Amino acid sequence: MNDSVLNSLSFKLPLYGFILAFGFLAPLLFPAYTSQISVLWVMIVLALTWDLQGGQMGYNSLGNIFFFGFGMYVSAVVQIGLVYDVGVYTQASGGGIFNFTPAQYYLGLGLGMLAAGVLSAISAVLLGWIVFGLRGPYFAIGTLGIAIAAGELTGAWEWVGAGQGISMPQVPGDPDSAKYFLNLLNFFLVISLFVFLSWLYSTRFGHAINAIRDDEEKAEGMGIHTTRYKTFCWAISAFFLGVVGAIFGNMIGFIEPLEVAFQTINFGIFMVVMVLLGGKGTLWGPIIGAIVFHVIKELTWTYLLGWQWVALGALIVIIVVYFQDGIMGWIKRQRPEWFGIRVEQQDLEAQPGAAE
Amino acid sequence: MSQILGNLSILWQAPVFNLSLLIDGLMIGAVFALSAYGLALVWGVMNVKNLAQGDFVMIGGYIAWVMSLNGIHPLFGVPVAFVALWGFGWVIYVLIIRRVIDQDLFTSLLATFGLAIVIEQVLNILFTSDTQTADAGFDSFLLFDGLVTIPQVKLIGFILAAILALAVILFMKNSRMGQAIRATAQDERAARVMGIDTDKVYAFTFSLNAAICGAAGALISMIWVIQPFFGITYSIRAFVVVTAAGFGNLPGVIAAGLGMGVIEQFGGFILGAEFQQAIVVGLLLLVLIVRQVQQARLRQVVQ
Repeated sequence: MNDSVLNSLSFKLPLYGFILAFGFLAPLLFPAYTSQISVLWVMIVLALTWDLQGGQMGYNSLGNIFFFGFGMYVSAVVQIGLVYDVGVYTQASGGGIFNFTPAQYYLGLGLGMLAAGVLSAISAVLLGWIVFGLRGPYFAIGTLGIAIAAGELTGAWEWVGAGQGISMPQVPGDPDSAKYFLNLLNFFLVISLFVFLSWLYSTRFGHAINAIRDDEEKAEGMGIHTTRYKTFCWAISAFFLGVVGAIFGNMIGFIEPLEVAFQTINFGIFMVVMVLLGGKGTLWGPIIGAIVFHVIKELTWTYLLGWQWVALGALIVIIVVYFQDGIMGWIKRQRPEWFGIRVEQQDLEAQPGAAE
Repeated sequence: MSQILGNLSILWQAPVFNLSLLIDGLMIGAVFALSAYGLALVWGVMNVKNLAQGDFVMIGGYIAWVMSLNGIHPLFGVPVAFVALWGFGWVIYVLIIRRVIDQDLFTSLLATFGLAIVIEQVLNILFTSDTQTADAGFDSFLLFDGLVTIPQVKLIGFILAAILALAVILFMKNSRMGQAIRATAQDERAARVMGIDTDKVYAFTFSLNAAICGAAGALISMIWVIQPFFGITYSIRAFVVVTAAGFGNLPGVIAAGLGMGVIEQFGGFILGAEFQQAIVVGLLLLVLIVRQVQQARLRQVVQ
């Protein structure tokens, strides 16, 4: 793999430089689009975490959005609970009565993100005990059931605001710099997730989960403790999903069980579609898929208002039915040498007298 | 919590309410059993998980509702929905299902999920998101001094569902196409070797499933409410019923469908109507966990 075009330094360095420059400067150059760019980072995190266990491990979950919403609520409770009584706060539904000093806010946000990530990971371990005996479509439907149930139950829980939801504490400072701050937070999360995953996929762990995807029984026969790997893999997904959920809750400013937190139809299905669009089981596929999907989504929301959901549903069907390999899979077929796959060249070398 | 206990004590003190809930549950469960049977058919024969099942039901419901608005009795909506959804199912088969049939199961699950989104959004644009009921204009039977009411329309719905189920069962047993469908379900390759056009069988099976769902939807619009976004709940109900009963087990599917209706009625009464969807999903998780425990025991025996 090391000699492939996509892995060469002359390709990588400008690319990484461009991404870093974009992440820091784009919101400053185009302040009107800061929220959209921020959402783009969120969607990349969603796609990467889904691919970790849908694409690399072959366990197609439809309910990963559960951890997103769970993290969002955990963070909200921690952020508010540090200063006020949560039940009283939600009953007053914010209302601007309760104020947070900058120190209280940033401490709450930091602790909230941490708690969201850790508790999501723990909940993944506990849920994994229930669902990892399920295979294939049963796993997908079972996880979807968990996400829907979580939304319904949260909607009936008065202490966290039930169906009315919670108004989140505001980021201190003027709105523009607050947006930039959350955008940077998302961007750092994307970078750390990307670096972590590219390291993870090169380790024994990465090969083990690929083995589970390819043939779980054989992997078990080879001595891989499959349940442990599966649970750990899901916990990693859940950790990052919980953290991004915590940040997203602060971005939106108002969280609510069905439309914002446990949004099974929106982000819950988007994350799967983004991965399929970009290419399952690749490192860059989910990122490319997320970018393309986000642009398409924003365009349909702008130009097809009213019909945007129909267009998006049709897009899902088209991607799933006609474009299974995704963008990365398509490029791989067109230009295998970019990926270090050298079918033709090896054939050429095998012939006597053929020049390299 | 106190509300739940209060509801429980009502059931305890006035046993006649239990009877009323039971009858309601059985009548609605008959319709669940219909759509679940369609899913069992498609799942067993084609190995496709159709998540748009509930949205087919909703389309059928809106057909009957639109007819009742135009002065036609919604009972006529049942055959009309059957025929219309037959055609719709065939189109969906040609456009989508045929291309995912030999892919892995997750592909068909996701493709039909996308289809479900399209259908519910189109219904939402056409008919808004208000809940609707087609007014069939029937009276109710009153039993036990009016404590138990049986709306005639529910009874008619129950009978129609039974007739439809019986017709489908007889068709599968006796007709040539029914035989071909069963043969394809057993072994697709062997069926093709024997000269069965499996593509035609698949198209027929999927259309039949859509038609059954459409008829079930027309019944639902009379005895309950329809709304564009209720489809997914019906899909999950069908999935729960089939998972609990296992496909190819027709009496099981019917029993599980009726049981589902009864449990939902009791659960809705005890916990409150806002928990309806949570009850359905809770049942799904329960069934999956029970199945898993059973299989874990089996796995240990094998080892």
